[in-house]
Amino acid sequence: MKEQRHTCTLRVNGEDAAVVFAVHHTLLEVLREEVGLTGTKHGCELGECGTCTVLIDGKAVLSCLELAVECEGREIETVEGLMIGNELHPLQSAFADLGAAQCGYCTPGILMAAKGLLAENPSPSRDHVIEALGGNLCRCTGYHKILEAVEWGAAILRGDLASRPPPEVFHGDRIPGEEVVDA
Amino acid sequence: MPEAKGSPASSLRLIGTPFRRVDGRAKVTGQTRFADDLFFPRMVHMKLVRSTVPHARITAIDTSTAEKMPGVLAFLTGDSMPEPFGILPVSQDEHALCTDKVRFVGDPVVAVAALTEEQAYEAALAVEIEYESLETIATVDEAIASPEPRIHDYGEEGNLHKKVSMEFGDVEAGFGEADRVFEDILYFEGSTHLPLEQHATVALTEETDRVTVYSSTQTPHYLHRSLAKVLEIPAARIRVIACPNGGAFGGKSDPFNHEICAAKMAFTLGRPVKITLSREEVFYCHRGRHPVLMKIRTGVKEDGTLTAQHLQTTLDGGAYGSYGVASTYYTGALQTVTYVLPKYRFDSIRAFTNKPPCGPKRGHGTPQPRFGLEVHLDKIACALSIDPARLRLDQLVPADSVTANWLKIGSMGLGKCIDAVIEGSGWNERYGKLPYGHGLGLACSSYLSGAGLPIYWNHMPQSGVQLQLDRSGGVAVFCGETEIGQGSDSVIAAIVAEILGIDLEDIRLCVADTDLTPVDLGSYSSRVTLMAGNAAIEAAERARSLVAKGAAEELDVPAKQLVFADHRVFDGENPDTGMSFMEAVIAAESRHGTLGTTGSYTPPRSPGRYRGAGVGPSPAYSYSAAVIETVVDPETGIYSVEHVWMAHDVGKCINPVLVMGQIEGSVYMGLGEAMMEEQVFRRLPKKRSNALVHKHPSMLEYKSPTFADMPPVTSYIIEDPDPNGPYGAKEVGQGPLLPIMPAVANSIFDAVGVRVDQVPIAPHMVRQAIEAKDRGKEARFGPKSFPEIDFGVPLRVPTPAEGGDGKAVNVEEAGVRRGIGTMKERKDPAKGGN
Repeated sequence: MKEQRHTCTLRVNGEDAAVVFAVHHTLLEVLREEVGLTGTKHGCELGECGTCTVLIDGKAVLSCLELAVECEGREIETVEGLMIGNELHPLQSAFADLGAAQCGYCTPGILMAAKGLLAENPSPSRDHVIEALGGNLCRCTGYHKILEAVEWGAAILRGDLASRPPPEVFHGDRIPGEEVVDA
Repeated sequence: MPEAKGSPASSLRLIGTPFRRVDGRAKVTGQTRFADDLFFPRMVHMKLVRSTVPHARITAIDTSTAEKMPGVLAFLTGDSMPEPFGILPVSQDEHALCTDKVRFVGDPVVAVAALTEEQAYEAALAVEIEYESLETIATVDEAIASPEPRIHDYGEEGNLHKKVSMEFGDVEAGFGEADRVFEDILYFEGSTHLPLEQHATVALTEETDRVTVYSSTQTPHYLHRSLAKVLEIPAARIRVIACPNGGAFGGKSDPFNHEICAAKMAFTLGRPVKITLSREEVFYCHRGRHPVLMKIRTGVKEDGTLTAQHLQTTLDGGAYGSYGVASTYYTGALQTVTYVLPKYRFDSIRAFTNKPPCGPKRGHGTPQPRFGLEVHLDKIACALSIDPARLRLDQLVPADSVTANWLKIGSMGLGKCIDAVIEGSGWNERYGKLPYGHGLGLACSSYLSGAGLPIYWNHMPQSGVQLQLDRSGGVAVFCGETEIGQGSDSVIAAIVAEILGIDLEDIRLCVADTDLTPVDLGSYSSRVTLMAGNAAIEAAERARSLVAKGAAEELDVPAKQLVFADHRVFDGENPDTGMSFMEAVIAAESRHGTLGTTGSYTPPRSPGRYRGAGVGPSPAYSYSAAVIETVVDPETGIYSVEHVWMAHDVGKCINPVLVMGQIEGSVYMGLGEAMMEEQVFRRLPKKRSNALVHKHPSMLEYKSPTFADMPPVTSYIIEDPDPNGPYGAKEVGQGPLLPIMPAVANSIFDAVGVRVDQVPIAPHMVRQAIEAKDRGKEARFGPKSFPEIDFGVPLRVPTPAEGGDGKAVNVEEAGVRRGIGTMKERKDPAKGGN
């Protein structure tokens, strides 16, 4: 059985990438194995965990369920495209500072889902964020830090806040036993 | 108590403040390289052919069709790796590939390598294996009832892997002192870790005919030993590098078949070999929470004082030993460290069954009996009309004491934890007074800050750190610890930066590489902050003293007077007299030559001297208390957790961002176990092999909490410094999970007056208990009986209060077990093999 291969140019993070791949390969596989962008992770390859989320034409999609052949001519964005030069995107710095990334494996997918949300709605309510990220599993954080980081990143993007959170956001001024509510 | 290692709290600059984790930038940019992110020239892919039947002899393996398929390069079968392995020296019962029989659906039989992953997958499907079926042992009850056929030819007897019976003090006398005796039977279902990252390994041979194994493992040192044993080559020819783990939670702490096969295949082919498990395979590899049935009987005085307890547990171990012997002891060991229990007896069995092996999941063996104990105490408090918080506060284990089973307690902040959650939740005003359907539940717990003993017996340090200082003013830190997401890299870096007065950016880390880093036993048992942290303090203080000598001569200031801070080394009494840290390093290097220091850590010896005393001791115990508010719909049994108040005694908070992350992550995982997560199996029909297959080996069907399921959490970081912890720090990675499950169960009782004595608690269980109550029956859902088991004569160990010396007094008595249930005599494992 001869494998049918497809040659095309994908537009990834604003750059053209010429790739050759088996026609049945998913965007996830082509990004990681042909384009060499391993920032996009996988947790199930069945569309169940959200780990492989990327943006296509600005919308969050599961790259494990998207055939690469269908992505020709579309704008694909991955976590590698988030940084601005050598500077972290506000969502990225908020995730790093607030403890929203622990093992970091679900982080790229959640960052992309969050970016997709903020492109549509720069001031999402907490419920909007939960809905947008509802398909992304995280086993480390308990989710609250991620929600706070998305909101913090959104505030920076809107220009409402400084680029780095002030110390009290980290609960740094706490006295022992002082309560911290994450809701 | 003596002071903890490290500087006094007043002078700390970095420790205790929130800082961005050192690997934070890599994690948010996708630059962290997990094992599956590694690609090498000429790399090939491997798949394992796994058993489709639960218990059978292998009669034939036919690879002839598969061999002809495109891209196929090589096969491995069990006969190429006859040496057994296993994480515990006493349970060397696994083979890299099954040799004679398979013991669960998913047991690997053949490894196949091909040019692409798909070719390997197709070839694996084409491998034909013939089996001769054996009777399947599905449950603990079946294991007790069917000693034959034996799943393993070692163990206590029949299909019982391990039996334990220990009595600390005269328990019957203790029951005699009681006014009331309470008894409960409870069940804790198994659950799995579900790390987002599927296990992956890349092995490659090098120009020097060595093999390097990159893997998603929490325990590179133990993997290193297993590889040497099974591959039958010197450990010095093997290099293990633990990649950052994409979540682990205990699920990556056994040496795995796929890791050993990848190394063997790399030697066979002379080229890099990668294997990444599918999600389904991850479910079958398991090593997660043991399903545990428990019977708990406690003598209590009218004022709530506990006089004695007898705990019995059964563990469904699955098909292999894994950590199971330790897990068995852990279902009893930590019952004594929270409330004073003057006399205590513990009996347990672990059964082999034809299911994926159970092992350590966050809390390792202790969440199950903790669930039992905390629900049991809630019932006792209700029966005696004592507030559940009061009952606990009145009999807290004192700090700096020794328990009935000879565990040495250091700092003990549980009282402060209870006070914090009581106040935060408005417990005194609200508990027992909320409207029907609304409830509050309280539970507490404790956990180890590292197991006191290594997995294999030796006298060497359990953690080591080496520092290398250079003329740039930077410091390289070498440590065997493994970053599994908990932030261990950041803790080690912060300690070194703190002591040398430099920034985190000046630290370069080299971790978890058996060629380059001193041994650290691994990221398990919540041991890294305490053990590697203490080793880092020792190495950094030695470095500071070397640098101070050089600077002291240069500045003509006594070395003792020098302060290291803000990249400077200066006279504490005259801060203008000083030099940069880099200049001080140069001054020291000019005098002493190349600068390097080492530090290591070995835990203090535990006072227990009886067989089994090795499980339970820890340099320090963390404490947690939780109050949970729940709303229950009595018509359907559907309930929701509305709020969690969690206080955790972490000793000393090294970085509040990381500590909060561990607290909230533990609460989350505990809620999953309380409400939905279960690793359960079903039988296929007889005509379809009768196999025991996973009920839902997918992330969609294995229910775990999502963003939408997480309630608000109010956290309190309690600091009761322990003299054994670095700066007083204790663990936080596992402890806060433990009170969640019992607190949920207790809150449901407060809401609707019924008990569900098992987890996960499904709505139908609540509903059935309510229906039973309405019919005038026992308002309860849960297990009704505990199997009849002959535990034999318990090992009798007098307690400290009875004047004991930590030793058993009846070792020679007929019927007392003497280490049976284990595989073979303990060789000198430090010298070779596990």
